[in-house]
Amino acid sequence: MSAPAVELRDVAVRFGGLEALFGVTLDIPAGAFAVIFGPNGGGKTTLLRVIAGLLTPTQGEARVLGSRPGELPPQRVGYVPQVKRMDPLVPAQAVEVVTTGITARWPWRGGKRPEAMEAMRAAGASHLATRRVGTLSGGELQRVYLARAMARRPELLLLDEPAAGIDMAGEAAMYHALIDYQRASGCSIIMISHDWEGARAHASHALLINRSVRAFGPAAETASERALLALFGHTGHVQATH
Amino acid sequence: MMEAFSEAFMQRALIAGLLVAAATSFFSPFVVQRRMAFLGSGLAHAAFGGVALGVFLGMSPLMVALPFTVVSALGIVAVQHRSLLDIDTAIGILFALAMALGIIFLALSPFYSRDAFTYLFGSLLALRASDVWLAAGVAGVTALLTPWWSAWAYASFDRELARADRVPVERHDYLLAAALAFIIVASIKVIGIILVSAFLVLPGAAARPLARRFSTFTILSVLIGVATTALGLYLSYRQNLPSGPVIILCQCAVLAGALLVGRYQR
Repeated sequence: MSAPAVELRDVAVRFGGLEALFGVTLDIPAGAFAVIFGPNGGGKTTLLRVIAGLLTPTQGEARVLGSRPGELPPQRVGYVPQVKRMDPLVPAQAVEVVTTGITARWPWRGGKRPEAMEAMRAAGASHLATRRVGTLSGGELQRVYLARAMARRPELLLLDEPAAGIDMAGEAAMYHALIDYQRASGCSIIMISHDWEGARAHASHALLINRSVRAFGPAAETASERALLALFGHTGHVQATH
Repeated sequence: MMEAFSEAFMQRALIAGLLVAAATSFFSPFVVQRRMAFLGSGLAHAAFGGVALGVFLGMSPLMVALPFTVVSALGIVAVQHRSLLDIDTAIGILFALAMALGIIFLALSPFYSRDAFTYLFGSLLALRASDVWLAAGVAGVTALLTPWWSAWAYASFDRELARADRVPVERHDYLLAAALAFIIVASIKVIGIILVSAFLVLPGAAARPLARRFSTFTILSVLIGVATTALGLYLSYRQNLPSGPVIILCQCAVLAGALLVGRYQR
């Protein structure tokens, strides 16, 4: 049996007086497609940033692919941050951004590197290669970031709400790109999402957190509507009557 | 045009101007992309406080201004990283504090303080050979810093992605701020405190609408900085006008053209 992709032991993160995460202990198996659910401010992004090595836990221990996250060579992990709209004049082409996924540094020389273009094709973004990133829509930018993360052929893909701002067709294409990549590479995927139906259809595991782990297990059982509504402190939709 | 540069003082002005323009224009894309224009201005005014302290102590103004400005730059970055104050507020306070100290130091100075005011406006046409060497030093230090271009460009584009790729973004913030402080102090003799911050902003602002990649952004910025300096110097000679302001006007004209062209390029 292979070692877990992510091992967390009693992980806590505090920002000043705010306890963003506490007592997080879990193992995410290698090769899993795990989706993290939780309310706003529930520590989802904080947890992902700990796994990406962007945040050091205030307490506890995190190991990713057998190493401390901050010591892991960047090429082993593909990270897709939350997409933010950019100034249209940002002087960067989409293919340049994807190239950073291969080189882990900002490229001086331009040009369409074959590996970058292949990743862009896999993410359905090859037509965006020479566009300025600031002129891309949220969904287009997300595809570029996904291509960037896949271009380095990582063993672990971390995605922070990649479906935000994408239409239904784009979301389906994103899931297909992720699953195709996972089948071809055997990588592990950890993704923050609010789309429980998509997660149940595509993911192997679901993690429910609200500053601490509320549930972790097979997606089909853990990401049930009832469990999620309870997590979000919601009793269900009210049918409007007139 | 060659006639304008046949005299020694114009040759010194041209060489020093081009060297300083190349150096400041290399940093301009980072200043513009990171929205640090106000930092450049704040550091230039911090340099005035340092110059005045040097005059007050009877020491070389630039030798005192250099550590004074570098420490100010590092302090601002530390304040920004620790979220103690909003960055604009911190720079605004530094700006006012440095000017207040500078004026008080000059008022208390037993030495002749007219020289300190020449630093405010610079004097490109009155440079000595030693000033040309200083400008060469500025360009040389900039050349030594070029290996960090990639890290600075990456962090200027997206700090989070750069950090995920193990670029020590915070350490580079300090390095970039210290480099800017050095470039500003070493350039003020040539272009003056009031105009040096424009040299750090205008070439990059003019290059940005025209560039599609960060490397071309940097190359265009340097070309614009160098070309407008040569043109401005020539026009100032022809029209008998102060050279620094004429160079700035040339850069503003290029910026206006670039914004127009950029509108149709998107």
